[in-house]
Amino acid sequence: MVTFPGSCDDADARAACSLVGEAVQLWHADRDLKGVDAVVIPGGFSYGDHLRVGAIARFAPMMAEVGAFADAGGPVLGVCNGFQVLCEAGLLPGALLPNTSLRFTMRQTMVEVQRSGSAWLSACVQGELLSIPAKHTTGRYYVSQPVLDEMEERGQVALRYVSDPIPNGSLDGIAGVTNAAGNVLGLMPHPEHAVDELTGGADGLKLFDSAALVFA
Amino acid sequence: MRARVLIRPKAGILDPQGQTVERALPALGFDGVSNVHVGRLVELDVEDPSRLPAMCEQLLTNPLIEDYEIL
Repeated sequence: MVTFPGSCDDADARAACSLVGEAVQLWHADRDLKGVDAVVIPGGFSYGDHLRVGAIARFAPMMAEVGAFADAGGPVLGVCNGFQVLCEAGLLPGALLPNTSLRFTMRQTMVEVQRSGSAWLSACVQGELLSIPAKHTTGRYYVSQPVLDEMEERGQVALRYVSDPIPNGSLDGIAGVTNAAGNVLGLMPHPEHAVDELTGGADGLKLFDSAALVFA
Repeated sequence: MRARVLIRPKAGILDPQGQTVERALPALGFDGVSNVHVGRLVELDVEDPSRLPAMCEQLLTNPLIEDYEIL
């Protein structure tokens, strides 16, 4: 679990990780992954979102390590700002643009699993609905049509909003995408905020369970 | 040298900021305005301007969603 200056969901992400394994805190300026089996890039406002969301965070020393880890097939999850960082870093295709409303949106969203092959969705079945909260200002997923066609062909569109209206104007209602290999997943909704029935639902735990299954 | 880089949302990508401005102007009595787009301007002192395009590609813009012009 990587913390950047400005990360704000790292405590919940760490708590979610600790439900399925040993949670290890990583710092953006370090170069040591400390032997972790999976990496989570949490939500927040890394480096104050200066210039563009995620634009500065991708140059953090830790991101070079995360890139090498991802290239070697290691499971990497990016949530919200983490998704934006992974897109800027080129670990995921596409980009996140300001919501069509230009407003911060926070609500419970229903997302449908489009592909359960990803390391982060292996505990789900295709078509399964997950209720997970989303809260963001810059969550409108965009990618050019030719790239989207390739992604669809390879099954890289992992999650779609089925809530109506979708919270941000995302292209094709896309809530989450994976890289071609499936080991890197980015999504705007926050699974780490949905890991306990006490706080409104535990559907998000399935993503963390999925990653843990890989090493079971 | 003083350099200026104009960054615009790529053509064809929905630009809600531009749309909002376009809707707001008639409310103030400014009719006849259309096709509004909002971008940003980066000004910088640079010793070697030949490196500007690389700076734009790698940091100042996201080439997936933005076009730039070095002024």
